[in-house]
Amino acid sequence: MSKKNWHLWEVFIRSKQGLSHKHVGSLHAPNADMAIENARDVYTRRKEGVSIWVVESANITASNPDASDELFEPATDKVYRHPTFYDLPDEVKHI
Amino acid sequence: MRCSYFAVQNIIHLNKNSHLDYILRLADNPMILGQNLSKWCGHGPILEQDIAITNISLDFIGQARNLYQYAAELEGKGRTEDDFAFLRDPLNYKNALLVEQPNGNWGQTIMRQFLYDSFNFYLYNELKNSTDKQISAIAEKSLKEIKYHLRYSSEWVVRLGDGTEESHQKMQTALDDLWMYSGELCTPDALDVQMYEAGIGADLDKIRPLWQEKINTTLTRATLQKPDSSWMQSGGKQGKHSEHLGFILAEMQFMQRTYPNMEW
Repeated sequence: MSKKNWHLWEVFIRSKQGLSHKHVGSLHAPNADMAIENARDVYTRRKEGVSIWVVESANITASNPDASDELFEPATDKVYRHPTFYDLPDEVKHI
Repeated sequence: MRCSYFAVQNIIHLNKNSHLDYILRLADNPMILGQNLSKWCGHGPILEQDIAITNISLDFIGQARNLYQYAAELEGKGRTEDDFAFLRDPLNYKNALLVEQPNGNWGQTIMRQFLYDSFNFYLYNELKNSTDKQISAIAEKSLKEIKYHLRYSSEWVVRLGDGTEESHQKMQTALDDLWMYSGELCTPDALDVQMYEAGIGADLDKIRPLWQEKINTTLTRATLQKPDSSWMQSGGKQGKHSEHLGFILAEMQFMQRTYPNMEW
């Protein structure tokens, strides 16, 4: 069976209580429709979710781990970027 | 006066046996098909399909269990779902001939599945309106799974039929081989008619043209040729089976028959 037509897809599932789709794994399929069906069969067997997104792995661009320093380090000590310097009145309960 | 009393008694007696027989017909199909599909476990052509087909197998076994439990309750003789599944001989099994045909290659499994799923969908669509509350409830619950099975198998028929030359040829061969077992599904016999008239069973005459339409549409999309022959095998529903069922049951029932009452 020719595997070269069965591309790799990343699968994202949103659970019933959830707000966002989370990455749960990957699978092989020749096209988008089959990727959805395969994801349904492989990743929602135990009622993990109610919504599926599939993205061909080739379409995902990931950050380079080697560049982690320059991408993420500078944010560590910039406390002024966090909204924590406001005095909240007691009446404001949820923010 | 005496005549009609006995006549009424006979009708009541006949109905309970007929009722039970009908439930077993409904149960034995998913039982045997589920058992056949389970053989793909670990042997699927690709991982995702191995999981898909065994999921479907489990769906069927679940349906069979629901129906056997109901049969046991209806019969009221203390038999359980396990007795029905593991201790009946081929002559007492009422499944259609189609579901006992061998898995063969993936294409044959898919073709057998599609011919069955399209029938099963329309059947359960009718059964959810049964006056028998249990059948209606089981049908309502199972219909969602069955819709998925039909979607799955019909899409695979199209992919493989309208696929490569090799897959097309295999699908055509599978269709040619299995076609003669497809007619039994929608052909009513006396029991089917009796149950339909009692409001319990489905009207196979109503289902048949729907099934044919679905088959025609899908086979056309799959660029497959429906066989010309109209002669159909039958007998499964009445307990007359092909040699395949003997092997299926021998394997399935071996443990229970060799170690009676074993549990795990």
